[in-house]
Amino acid sequence: MTFSPQLEARFEKLLTSYPPGRQRSAMIPMLMYAQDELGCVSDELIDEVARRIGVTPLQVNEVLTYYSMLHRKPLGKYHVQVCTNISCLLYDGDKLYEHACKKLGITHKEVTADGQFSIEEVECMGACSWAPAIQINYDFHHYVTPEKLDQLLDGLRKKQ
Amino acid sequence: MADLVNLTIDGRAVQVPPQTLVIDAAKTVGIEIPAFCYYEGLSLQAACRMCLVEVEKMPKMMTACTLPVAEGMIVRTETEQVKQARKYTLEFLLTNHPLDCPVCDKGGECELQDMVFRYGAGESRYTEEKVHTPEKQFSPVVFFDAPRCILCFRCVRICNEGMGVNALGVINRGVVSEIAPNVGDHLECDECGACIDICPVGALTSGTYRYQTRPWEMTHVGTICTHCGDGCKTTLGTRNDEIIRGNNRDRSGINGEFLCIKGRYAFDFYNHPERLQAPMVRVNGKLEEVSWAQALEVVARKFDATVSANGSFGVIGSNHTSNEENFYLQKFAREVLKTNNIDHHRTGDVVTLLDAMSGTKSQLATVADLYDRKAVLVLGADLALEHPLLSYQIRANYRHHQAHVYAITPGEVREDKYTVASIRVGGGPASKKGDLGVIPGKEVGATTSGPGSHPVGGPGVVPNAEAGAHFDPVNGPGKATGSPTGFVVPANVKSITGNYFDALESLRDQLKAEPELVILFDDSIKGADVRALVEFAESLGIPVKFICLVDYANSRGAVDMGLTPELFPGYKPTGASGMHVSEMTGSDLDVLWVVGANPLKGAVKRKAGFLVVQDMFLTETAQQADVVLPAASAYEKSGTVTNTTGEVQQLTRAVNTMGAKPDLEIMGFIAREMGVAGQLGPWVANVVFEEIRKNVRGYSLPMPVIATGGAAQSMPVNGRIAVDDLSALVHSDHNGLFASGTLGRYSKVLNSVLESHLSR
Repeated sequence: MTFSPQLEARFEKLLTSYPPGRQRSAMIPMLMYAQDELGCVSDELIDEVARRIGVTPLQVNEVLTYYSMLHRKPLGKYHVQVCTNISCLLYDGDKLYEHACKKLGITHKEVTADGQFSIEEVECMGACSWAPAIQINYDFHHYVTPEKLDQLLDGLRKKQ
Repeated sequence: MADLVNLTIDGRAVQVPPQTLVIDAAKTVGIEIPAFCYYEGLSLQAACRMCLVEVEKMPKMMTACTLPVAEGMIVRTETEQVKQARKYTLEFLLTNHPLDCPVCDKGGECELQDMVFRYGAGESRYTEEKVHTPEKQFSPVVFFDAPRCILCFRCVRICNEGMGVNALGVINRGVVSEIAPNVGDHLECDECGACIDICPVGALTSGTYRYQTRPWEMTHVGTICTHCGDGCKTTLGTRNDEIIRGNNRDRSGINGEFLCIKGRYAFDFYNHPERLQAPMVRVNGKLEEVSWAQALEVVARKFDATVSANGSFGVIGSNHTSNEENFYLQKFAREVLKTNNIDHHRTGDVVTLLDAMSGTKSQLATVADLYDRKAVLVLGADLALEHPLLSYQIRANYRHHQAHVYAITPGEVREDKYTVASIRVGGGPASKKGDLGVIPGKEVGATTSGPGSHPVGGPGVVPNAEAGAHFDPVNGPGKATGSPTGFVVPANVKSITGNYFDALESLRDQLKAEPELVILFDDSIKGADVRALVEFAESLGIPVKFICLVDYANSRGAVDMGLTPELFPGYKPTGASGMHVSEMTGSDLDVLWVVGANPLKGAVKRKAGFLVVQDMFLTETAQQADVVLPAASAYEKSGTVTNTTGEVQQLTRAVNTMGAKPDLEIMGFIAREMGVAGQLGPWVANVVFEEIRKNVRGYSLPMPVIATGGAAQSMPVNGRIAVDDLSALVHSDHNGLFASGTLGRYSKVLNSVLESHLSR
């Protein structure tokens, strides 16, 4: 399986970042970076990562299915993750999530028809101090209100 | 011992070695701490939380299965708090458990059922709907029912650590976690079924045993598996003269609880529809069923007539029949038929090994030695496929004692994952798959793993079939596919163009530094090579033990019992000549008597004037016979067999099959019909074994050990065995996990698993 030169360079660096015999430690970052490039984790990618770090595809699958940030299906260009864990919940995170669903017309782990947005209800992402928090791709947004969310999404939609 | 640790468990003083776990320490004074995930010999998990105990000065309850003992520790296992914890743990484990005990195969021998019965969590406070997923079939022999699973990881660990296969894993998280097979929706593995036996609940069930019976309805008979030469004890669960299952949960025998697919499932040849159940005699060119009396009379009259006419006999014995049968057969041939034309298919050069060892310090190893000894060297065989028990023992030795393992083989072997050095002889690629413990971007020979270090990926990495293309021994790593990242074979594997002895020489210094060594070799080392090997071992100056690998359940016993023209039982040279198997099948003897062998396979035309065959099935040889006598299988008779390490164990009759008789009985009846029964003695296994014990060199074995189902190693034959080098006759069948000579063809299970159709 071939990747972009940038990704290959990253893999190269990752595989030499751990002590000999512990290359399997590179599994999660490899999957994350590859997912960013490919959009999701494909069967082919599982086999390739397994081969490169000397584990079985099943062992990759074990990790892959454990972590919610790794996806088997392609997500929207903008992946909206709304926290509904305790702190955010106290600040109406659940209502924010419902609002986002209504606004985009999709629900948990679904993608809009134009492939631009996807939504996911997530557990705590460590932004309790600024609840309610959301994460769009790798960017955090704090003290999010339904109005602020609308602006954010509209802004992204215009950017396309 | 001075360095024992003192602690108190439930008010009782306990003394155990340091590092002992509290759960094991408790066991030494008869206190049982319940646990599901803890399993002796496997890595620790602490997943089930069942073993929580109170330890003084520790604020919370501790998992006894991961807590090592400490001086002065005070443990309490039966307090109210502990009991309550157990009850709550059970309540929690039962959250999604379907409680379908009435239809579950495990009912009656289920650890969860026992615990719930004892600590009671009959009522649950969980009112939510239980998560249900439908049952899955992983393979013809492995079924998985996810809701019953309590996620103890035992199956995953036995597969990864015990078997070295890595075919099972746990996917997803939390309440939807479940056991997953290695290839999409199914398993591609050894199909050994260890995961099923080790499952404390009914989550993994056996394709052959499921819905058949209840454990308490069966009679459990411990006997010896009749397939390969390792001599595993298999406990057959029988009901109404039917074998329902095979396992070895009581850990009796030299194999502990280990069994491969053959021991656990491949007993099923015994009731194959083509099993012979009546004697047959050729009438007008066609085999017709007759009574036993008629058939025996035909054989006896022919034998009589040939003896009195000074006619020629040939006798071919078996690798599967018992020592008693082999002994009786050679006695019959030599004393009654007055012939020295007696032989069997030789699968390993035991004779030369014993001869070469005489006068040296070398000894024969036992199966247990492979687990205890500090270093092991494998020559030739792919042990994991051909001798799965021996492979399992070595793997456990590496896991528990960090044994140094060396392998010199023509191809890739499972041992490569943890060897100090693996050498491919004959110039083949060092690794045909190329990703075992692979470090990308490193040159061949880079030090990435060595003695005692875990290869990349930890013990038990399974090769990925796709990876082969990326390693090109000519162009070097990675070039074959143009991949920018190279892949090389691990540093412990190298390839040489030379032979086994070049490889041994290259390891000389390393081997010399070992405190002791066990050497296993198959038929690629025979004749003069065996002598050279023993010489090499002697020159190392360390204690060396040997195992000469042979193919079948009693291949070793057949040589021991003198089923060869050149040797009497106990390796006494006959000094007389006689025909070998191929000579017998190729010459026009007056009578050829074949007992439990198939020398005419592969469309060999019979030459003998009269052919008598004793077998379970109408093999190619039996099809050409004049008389076919239906023989009992190893599971239908008593007697003893000798495994590849020379350990003698007892067969116990588990079932009876109508019409078939044990070969010993058949031979006895022929003798009686001929009027020579008095000369040959009674055809009762115990009596014949007494004769063997008294007369056969090396077999004066302790009867109490054998009679109680133990294994006693036949003594080494001390002294030269002055016979010609006949190692050219030695030829192993190299049966893999899913083959077992002629017998393997008649096992439904062996033929049903996917892997038997892949090239393995």
